[in-house]
Amino acid sequence: MKNEKIQIQVLGSGCPTCKKLFELTKQAVNELDLKTEVEYVTDIQKIIEMGVMTSPVLAINGQPVITGSLPDIEKIKEKIKELI
Amino acid sequence: MDIFYPLQLLVDWLSYSVFGLNPNTPLGSAVNFFLYDSSKILLLLLVVNYFMAIVRHYLPIEKLRDFLASRKWYGIDYFLAAFFGTITPFCSCSSIPLFVGFLEAGIPLGVTLSFLITSPLVNQVAVVLFAELFGWKITVSYVIASVLLGVIGGFILNKLKLEKYVADYIWKIKINKTNIPQNSENFSLLIKKFWQEGFDLTKKITLYVLLGIAVGSAIHGFIPTGFFEKYISTQSLFSVPIATIVAVPMYANAVGVIPIMQSLVDKGIPLGTAMAFMMAVVGLSLPEALILKKVMKMKLLAYFFGITTVNIIIIGYLFNFVK
Repeated sequence: MKNEKIQIQVLGSGCPTCKKLFELTKQAVNELDLKTEVEYVTDIQKIIEMGVMTSPVLAINGQPVITGSLPDIEKIKEKIKELI
Repeated sequence: MDIFYPLQLLVDWLSYSVFGLNPNTPLGSAVNFFLYDSSKILLLLLVVNYFMAIVRHYLPIEKLRDFLASRKWYGIDYFLAAFFGTITPFCSCSSIPLFVGFLEAGIPLGVTLSFLITSPLVNQVAVVLFAELFGWKITVSYVIASVLLGVIGGFILNKLKLEKYVADYIWKIKINKTNIPQNSENFSLLIKKFWQEGFDLTKKITLYVLLGIAVGSAIHGFIPTGFFEKYISTQSLFSVPIATIVAVPMYANAVGVIPIMQSLVDKGIPLGTAMAFMMAVVGLSLPEALILKKVMKMKLLAYFFGITTVNIIIIGYLFNFVK
């Protein structure tokens, strides 16, 4: 897998749902055996700059792929796989 | 014939044949009642959640925002914003991006606040529970009261010209036009997606609904009628403001509060007092204030909470006096 340059971020305002998404994403990355860190962004400005209206947000390489809901881990894996 | 008649048969069979309970004992009738009530509510939720998944696919919040920002609305926008608030899902996690997203699109502050006030109060799950427990008449009045709360609150807040109390950095942010992933799937895939979404949402809230109904049933079964009158003078003029102010810092989801509220009304708490309590619990809370503090200066936050609280108290009085 060519995944050196992949950047995965979870953005949220610090609410429980956002933290859960962060944990799930870390787990997904682990299970996919990717060599990348998941970044947890709580800077509101960053969320807003992305132009997203609902949080939490899962962003891959700066692009929001899941917004406003807590998906299950399979869906997260699917989205990550699509983009690497 | 009641379309839920087969469900009643199934529940009767379960509680009396499978569990072997006697229908004439309090336990037997309580279990039967709980099973019937909760399974009926969950079935209804499955249906409405499916339909709301469709609505949200075609009307995502970004589209509603653009619609509101597309032209001058001469005041109708308060109603539109409050109405949109009722059909969008709301988690306090989203209040900041929503707030800023609306303002950036050029939507007036008051209209944005109308949306923010109404959104947590009404959603499809709350409506189903409300209708099931209170009947349609009270449900419709509750929805109208919630929309009016948003419209009037937003209107007053707009008149106060509070824009300068929005955190300064908000006005400087440049939003990148990122495209929210729009999956153009074919029809059968979409149907599957809606079903999945509706089912997931129902699954997620099942526990809260059951817990709410269980606590409600417990109050129903164990607290004697008239109990609260002994402790809270229900005729007192101050019961509404006290119930509201006590409830403002607390937070609970509408779904969990409604069954509890219904049993309280059942036991003698006036409807308006209970409704004011519920609106204050669901609509305003300390966690919400802490989140909004990041984008609002103290003065705006205080006006927002203050005016909404006063309006909730007025609604409580109205329901108590009009009935």
